[in-house]
Amino acid sequence: MARFVARRLLGMTAVLFAISVIVFLIFNVIPNSDPAARIAGKNADPALIARVNADLGLDKPLPVQYLTMMKQIFTGQLTSYAKDRNVVQQIWEGVPATFSLCIGAAVLWMSLAILFGYLSAVHAGRFADRALTILSLVGISMPVFWLAAMLLYFLSFKVELFPTGSYVPLTESPGDWAYHLILPWFTLAVLFVGIYSRVLRSNMLDAMNEDYVRTARAKGLSERQVRIRHVLRNSMIPVITLFGLDFGMVVGGGAILTETVYNLDGVGLYAGEAIRSLDLPPLMAVVMFGAFFIVFFNTIVDILYAVLDPRIRLGEAAPA
Amino acid sequence: MVSPIDSLEAPGEPPIPTGVPVAQIQGRSPWYLAWLRLRRNKVALVCAAVFVLIVLFCLAAPLWAEHVAHTGPNENHITDTVMIDGQETDVVAPDGTPLGPGLHGKFLLGADQNGRDVMVRLMYGGRTSIYVGLAAALVTTILAVIVALLAGYYRGWIDAVLSRTMDIIWAFPVLLLGIALGTTLSIGGLKAGPIQIAGDSLWIPILIIGLVYVPYVARPIRGEILALREKEFIEAAVAQGKGPLRIMFSELMPNIVSTVVVFFTLNIANNMLLESALSFLGAGVRPPNASWGTMISDGYQVIFTAPHLTVVPGLMIVATVLSLNVFGDGLRDAMDPRAKIRLEH
Repeated sequence: MARFVARRLLGMTAVLFAISVIVFLIFNVIPNSDPAARIAGKNADPALIARVNADLGLDKPLPVQYLTMMKQIFTGQLTSYAKDRNVVQQIWEGVPATFSLCIGAAVLWMSLAILFGYLSAVHAGRFADRALTILSLVGISMPVFWLAAMLLYFLSFKVELFPTGSYVPLTESPGDWAYHLILPWFTLAVLFVGIYSRVLRSNMLDAMNEDYVRTARAKGLSERQVRIRHVLRNSMIPVITLFGLDFGMVVGGGAILTETVYNLDGVGLYAGEAIRSLDLPPLMAVVMFGAFFIVFFNTIVDILYAVLDPRIRLGEAAPA
Repeated sequence: MVSPIDSLEAPGEPPIPTGVPVAQIQGRSPWYLAWLRLRRNKVALVCAAVFVLIVLFCLAAPLWAEHVAHTGPNENHITDTVMIDGQETDVVAPDGTPLGPGLHGKFLLGADQNGRDVMVRLMYGGRTSIYVGLAAALVTTILAVIVALLAGYYRGWIDAVLSRTMDIIWAFPVLLLGIALGTTLSIGGLKAGPIQIAGDSLWIPILIIGLVYVPYVARPIRGEILALREKEFIEAAVAQGKGPLRIMFSELMPNIVSTVVVFFTLNIANNMLLESALSFLGAGVRPPNASWGTMISDGYQVIFTAPHLTVVPGLMIVATVLSLNVFGDGLRDAMDPRAKIRLEH
């Protein structure tokens, strides 16, 4: 088991390294323009551009620049080109809002998806199933930012049920924190409720024909107990896999649209600003942050699988 | 009457036809069987029709622009006035509020902040959105099939290299990767040897969207190829002395076509959503091109005074993506009744 975990962690480090190199190249090789000239302004004289180059270390060869940037990320000293502020600290400041949004949305989408998926499977083919299927299809077909804009317009502006965005820290006022986050939670959850309830429904329908379900019925369990303890529980495995991956994805940048429309100062909003001003250091750090969560949750899911199913870890450990 | 499909699905030996003309028991191709199944799914067919109607609607853009609205998608009418119910009305009111939707040939769906006709822009924007979605789906499909064929056929180190590359793209936050590429490429365009693409070209969002979804399609197809590779017919083909290219294209390809077709349909829907998100964040379609995403992005600035600018293009996206998703689902049920194909999100 330890060997399996070690292998996974090693793989994770390699992927993160590759990602950091790619992001660095995206911002240094593609733009076809001199970053120093961009930073120095429109009518900068060559001397100023040279000074900016020297200040930011942009006159050094690319590998050296890369190493300097990575060193700064890990020592927490990275500063942005555009605003001269500490990047790691700024990301750190965005973490509470992003995590409040993502965790709340995740709780919401998992509970609704289980409820809808369960109801759909139990009433398969009947009205409730059809209605929920249509609802989930509409959910996955909606642009997230448009849904956010519509909710803001109709529920915050027209009816004034909810506040128009912005984030209130949990430590300041738990009530306001939740009140400000209800719409964003819902917005972020809709897509995943749609996907997960459909996956759960089809898994449950498959599982209902399994032998162990017949056995459970035969030993005298009520239909409800069979559905919840046997069918639902076994159908949850793929949903939990999806959850591990999607949660990482949402924390690592997937929430950027929701944060932008509701103006929540999280990591996503910060990344959005950095992109607009073509500020490489914050973007580099945010992409690393996001990729870290995606790879991290990927690895956790793999390890959990290995814990649950010995065949996987034995297969991995065997010499190729 | 027993439908042909029911009699086909009946277990056991088919009854021996007695006195039936030979023409009636001719073989049916898998495509024909899929069509028979699809034909019974009325919802999917209606959705396919809706999609075709939306495409026709967008293709009719120049006709509407020339004969009804008498204006182009990028023409401003800030200082113009139109006659409504015998009254002269500003296209854009002095306080900046544009004309709302109403039953007038010109400005059927109102105007935007620059006095541009929303109906005309909607039709032209739809062309861009659907074009980007389709072209990006082609890019994804072609790349994914090539990757899957190479990785699944050769296995070994080629598979290892390709799969790790896919893993790396997969580990990127899709949206962030799209924005990063969209922003940097728009500065100077793409210059790679003989290929030169201008920064405001539609091909930049197309290539980006096409690229980021490759792993999502390549992974499941590679799995199918790996399974097919073990089958006897491939062994037979190798024994006959067929080369790798011929085996890939004439033996393996026909077996993955149904998966590819389903992915392609669902991919267009996903691409249109990603295009709208990138355009909303300013990293997708560039002006002067309009797309439904850029229209929402522009309209959102004035959502409280002119909500129709955000509502209308959004509804078009939902209608198009929904019809594609439902049709794609129906197509999957028809082509692959055992539902092996699942697009991972």
